[in-house]
Amino acid sequence: MKLWAATLALTLMALPSLAEENRSRIIATGGASTVEGSAGGGIVPMAVLSGYGAREEQGGAVFVSRVRVPDYDLTSFGGSWSWRNRVELSFADQRLNHPTLSAALGVSDQTIRQSVVGLKVRVLGDILYTPYPQLSAGLQYKDNHDFFIPAAAGAKRDSDVDAYLAASKVYLGGFFGYNVLLNGVARYTRANQTGLVGFGGDLNDDHQWQAELSAGVFYNKHWLVGAEYRENPDNLSFAGEDDWQTAFVAWFPNKHIALVAAYVDLGEVATLPDQDGWYLSVQGSF
Amino acid sequence: MRYILCIFVLTALLGCASGTQSPNLYQRLGGEPGVDAIVYHLIVNISQDERVIERFRGVDIERFRTGLVQYICSVSSDECQYQGDSMQVVHAGHDYTDTEFNAIVENLMKAMESQKVPTRVQNELLSILAKDYDSIVYR
Ligand code: HEM
Repeated sequence: MKLWAATLALTLMALPSLAEENRSRIIATGGASTVEGSAGGGIVPMAVLSGYGAREEQGGAVFVSRVRVPDYDLTSFGGSWSWRNRVELSFADQRLNHPTLSAALGVSDQTIRQSVVGLKVRVLGDILYTPYPQLSAGLQYKDNHDFFIPAAAGAKRDSDVDAYLAASKVYLGGFFGYNVLLNGVARYTRANQTGLVGFGGDLNDDHQWQAELSAGVFYNKHWLVGAEYRENPDNLSFAGEDDWQTAFVAWFPNKHIALVAAYVDLGEVATLPDQDGWYLSVQGSF
Repeated sequence: MRYILCIFVLTALLGCASGTQSPNLYQRLGGEPGVDAIVYHLIVNISQDERVIERFRGVDIERFRTGLVQYICSVSSDECQYQGDSMQVVHAGHDYTDTEFNAIVENLMKAMESQKVPTRVQNELLSILAKDYDSIVYR
């Protein structure tokens, strides 16, 4: 909770001073910040780069997000910086609380912390202006700092790299006159529960291509309603891993603030079934 | 009673379908007065935008205004013929940037909003003008 408050205060303090410079991309084209720090939705990244810097500018974002499901509670905060709408560097610090799992396993540890450092490069296209989608390639280096439970679950290592390709396009007027966003990601990964339960396992220890999709409709330039889907590998015999889904509403009142609320369905997570709940995220762009 | 109501509703629907032709984009933008007002406000917005104002120094604004009004009319209806050069020819040699293109689009969105153009009508015009990106930027 202290982290929340600190990040939020920092965000609000940073906004007025940083807002002096121009950020020219159109509202909402910076997306939100995913729980892994890269620009996108909540759980699926997109080809867009954070902030609103156009190709002669820079920009970035800071965020705090929270996922609350029956037996887990994830808080993620971080930030990103984008240069000339070409390169995005991002960082996220994740804290997972898992009281039920600890009780079941009879261990006193109640949290797992993971940091994610991301790099994304826009390869070609523009989400709004080119007839073909904007295409970006990214890497996420993930470091799980509390490997005790992941190791007990059979994970092979505590840090690893995900690679992904993302293609995103807004079709102007594409859905009965409303703008529609379509986004597809191919991720090369061996992370268990995105790395919170480590990387690799007894069933599989190789990177695999996984599909992630998001789609949404803009009611107007401030409101986006949509859904996401994220496929996950199944590397551990200890517990099956389900794919993740969200249904979200995103609000972009201006180019400095974005709020995202979502219903999330994570399925079974580390032997605990029916992990569906809510997601909230606050982002400040500079 | 329900039968009569059905017939009534059906007739009304058919009447709608055959009686009114759906207006083209130009008409939905407000026709001539509407597009005139949008372009006027776009120019006002440009004149207050430090990102692009330098680019219009020395430009014959009356000519720019009539050219743009005509261009928007020509891409949104078949009621006018745009007389000017192609977007590529008009903008070539200036190396207009991605930043400037976004600035113009933002100013246009602001202009349409000031004229209360509905979201879907804005989207349709923007989807047509977005196609000019590659002929305008970095040339
Ligand atoms: C959606 C994007 C754009 C559209 C649809 C557009 C359209 C037009 C049209 C129709 C004209 C008038 C041509 C004529 O009949 O004389 C024009 C002229 C002009 N445009 Fe653009 N334009 C766009 C973007 C830009 C950008 C990004 C800049 C740079 C800031 C720019 C700068 C100019 C200038 C300076 C003129 C006047 C040229 C002259 O008369 O010497 N335009 N534009």
